[in-house]
Amino acid sequence: MASSFTRILSSKRNVGILSLVGGSVAAGFLLHREHVTAGEPLRRRYPASAEYPDLRKHNNCMASNLTPAIYAKLCDKATPNGYTLDQAIQTGVDNPGHPFIKTVGLVAGDEESYEVFADLLDPVIKERHNGYDPRVMKHPTDLNATKIQSGVFDERYVLSSRVRTGRSIRGLSLPPACTRAERREVERVVVDALSGLKGDLAGKYYSLTLMTEQEQQQLIDDHFLFDKPVSPLLTCAGMARDWPDARGIWHNNEKTFLIWINEEDHTRVISMEKGGNMKRVFERFCRGLKEVERLIQERGWEFMWNERLGYILTCPSNLGTGLRAGVHVKLPRLGKDPRFSKILDNLRLQKRGTGGVDTAAVGGVFDISNLDRLGQSEVQLVQTVIDGVNYLIECEKRLEKGQDIKVPAPLKQFK
Amino acid sequence: MPFGNTHNNFKLNYKVEEEFPDLSKHNNHMAKVLTKEIYGKLRDKQTPSGYTLDDVIQTGVDNPGHPFIMTVGCVAGDEESYEVFKDLLDPVISDRHGGYKPTDKHKTDLNFENLKGGDDLDPNYVLSSRVRTGRSIKGYTLPPHNSRGERRAIEKLAVEALTSLDGEFKGKYYPLKSMTDAEQEQLISDHFLFDKPVSPLLTCAGMARDWPDGRGIWHNDNKTFLVWVNEEDHLRVISMQKGGNMREVFRRFCVGLQKIEEIFKKHNHGFMWNEHLGYILTCPSNLGTGLRGGVHVKLPKLSTHPKFEEILTRLRLQKRGTGGVDTASVGGVFDISNADRLGSSEVEQVQLVVDGVKLMVEMEKKLEKGEAIDGMIPAQK
Repeated sequence: MASSFTRILSSKRNVGILSLVGGSVAAGFLLHREHVTAGEPLRRRYPASAEYPDLRKHNNCMASNLTPAIYAKLCDKATPNGYTLDQAIQTGVDNPGHPFIKTVGLVAGDEESYEVFADLLDPVIKERHNGYDPRVMKHPTDLNATKIQSGVFDERYVLSSRVRTGRSIRGLSLPPACTRAERREVERVVVDALSGLKGDLAGKYYSLTLMTEQEQQQLIDDHFLFDKPVSPLLTCAGMARDWPDARGIWHNNEKTFLIWINEEDHTRVISMEKGGNMKRVFERFCRGLKEVERLIQERGWEFMWNERLGYILTCPSNLGTGLRAGVHVKLPRLGKDPRFSKILDNLRLQKRGTGGVDTAAVGGVFDISNLDRLGQSEVQLVQTVIDGVNYLIECEKRLEKGQDIKVPAPLKQFK
Repeated sequence: MPFGNTHNNFKLNYKVEEEFPDLSKHNNHMAKVLTKEIYGKLRDKQTPSGYTLDDVIQTGVDNPGHPFIMTVGCVAGDEESYEVFKDLLDPVISDRHGGYKPTDKHKTDLNFENLKGGDDLDPNYVLSSRVRTGRSIKGYTLPPHNSRGERRAIEKLAVEALTSLDGEFKGKYYPLKSMTDAEQEQLISDHFLFDKPVSPLLTCAGMARDWPDGRGIWHNDNKTFLVWVNEEDHLRVISMQKGGNMREVFRRFCVGLQKIEEIFKKHNHGFMWNEHLGYILTCPSNLGTGLRGGVHVKLPKLSTHPKFEEILTRLRLQKRGTGGVDTASVGGVFDISNADRLGSSEVEQVQLVVDGVKLMVEMEKKLEKGEAIDGMIPAQK
């Protein structure tokens, strides 16, 4: 059976050699764009036209791109693990979306989904990532934090700094499709690797099933604890199955480096601290990620990555870097200025309230972060945030003094 | 084909211990029955349509239950599920249906003339009467498993059958996805409209997929006979009216069901039924008759009597609030219905409701006069 198991076994041997050479990018060579063998064709009682979903009231990226022809072409295919098109699009069928918010409307069940269903996923990725064409473009990965310039903000304005991303373990299915055994294996592999972290990164794992009440309360107070997903965007994709089996939170003793296991992705990695030292946050982020990668490679595993899509995650919106770097920043005057949205747009930034996505800003404090994920490297995106936030702070200072501000020229998207 | 339970053979690469769910905090029928041995024996099996053991139990794994309420924790994806997974489902059925054995036979009796009385429940106490059941259409998979194409085919066949009814059953179909605002308002005021399921017991079993595609409501012009299409089951059939004439409600129920069944049989798609389990439905709790016959009845004094629960148990009845399952009763009005589904016939179950409610109304009247009811308390039926 041409399954991912044979690939793990061969890649584990190769990784041993490559890890001596070093570099996380080397791991990407192991899954070059080979022909992915599809699984067994599905038993179908009805023709594709009878199965095609009714998307007339839908407004998401999947619905915009899934034509009857593409559906007919892909509906009998399955990935080697058996994940199907109907499973991938179920969340988008069940959640028509909102006239103003365009959700993605589909997920990947495994790494091969992005290949087997490329006829749908490539146009969705292009639409979601502002024209990035996975068929011809390459995604740059750069986790060298020394390249960051002026990454320390004025702390009279910036209250906290945070960088997050996700990582998937190659060879294991993603949260929408994984079996209980696979999910437990993800937990085992990651927790085992994390126990090898030392110094300021040394920490502890809290399994959701075994957590004491006290530990739970502490994690809630630290704003670390994640809940069972309630959003139908996630539950309809099957990500909450078997909750809370094999889910947990790891964080370092200093509470500045945090990893969620088996929530929306295999892992979500977060580096954060109070204040404006984004450079240090990003430095720890890169260092932590590279250490974790080295530790899993030692054990014969690697992250899902390829040169056209970058890091592979469950939701196509998180491809590339999967990175959201942001600050909580006080911009009471700028926040009320009619030019605020345009300034953010041109700086390729987005605003959220301090409660996160879709919340209102409280006391003029905004969550400002990068818009883009794919097509630019981590270093480029974090620099964009740094330059942009510095510009916003300058605007705020000028408004304080009664001076006028300028809308900056729009940044080029793909460098 | 619920999400996540991909090609079953892939899972067999892992050992039983690695895949077996953690049921240590669970309290549902599935969790009480499922051992590693049973899991190991059944996990490589599939029904002809591809439904697997993990599909059957997913809802019970995701919903540990409650210390006081025992949910079933498993569903069927098709008719064959009850055969292929009998090592799990037979003990679950036995626990849920009072010790019903794999060798027991279930009696079906939809001859309303066999019901004695039922037309003289005092309307000063009995405010409304209702009988509901479910039916599955043979040859199609069930709501947890069916594809869009299949669900649409079920809807098409159901609508064809229902719109061919005439006389007291002449009516109209309202598909959920093309309902007008005015139609929706009317159906809500009539208390007919059903919503997308929100209970995780149902959503985790995959029954709400593709909502509202293929779903709808049919009712007769008199608004006394109602069919839900593709909600929790292929069909849910409801007969109801105000007042206490349960006999008439049951007559219409039986006649309507039989007319519908004839039409389906003509299309070579009769109802799923066998002599061991009776009518086959998605949830094992609804096997047998799938019937819940009940009334809304005013029992303010009896309901506060210390022996109320015992009386209900002996009469083989259950109480619910007037908002339905798990709601409180308002103004002393209770929903009283049969507790059993499997092992007794439709006539027998409705007879219990009719006789039991009649007795309880008499008890209520005695209590109103300040008299004791101890002499009236029945033996266990």
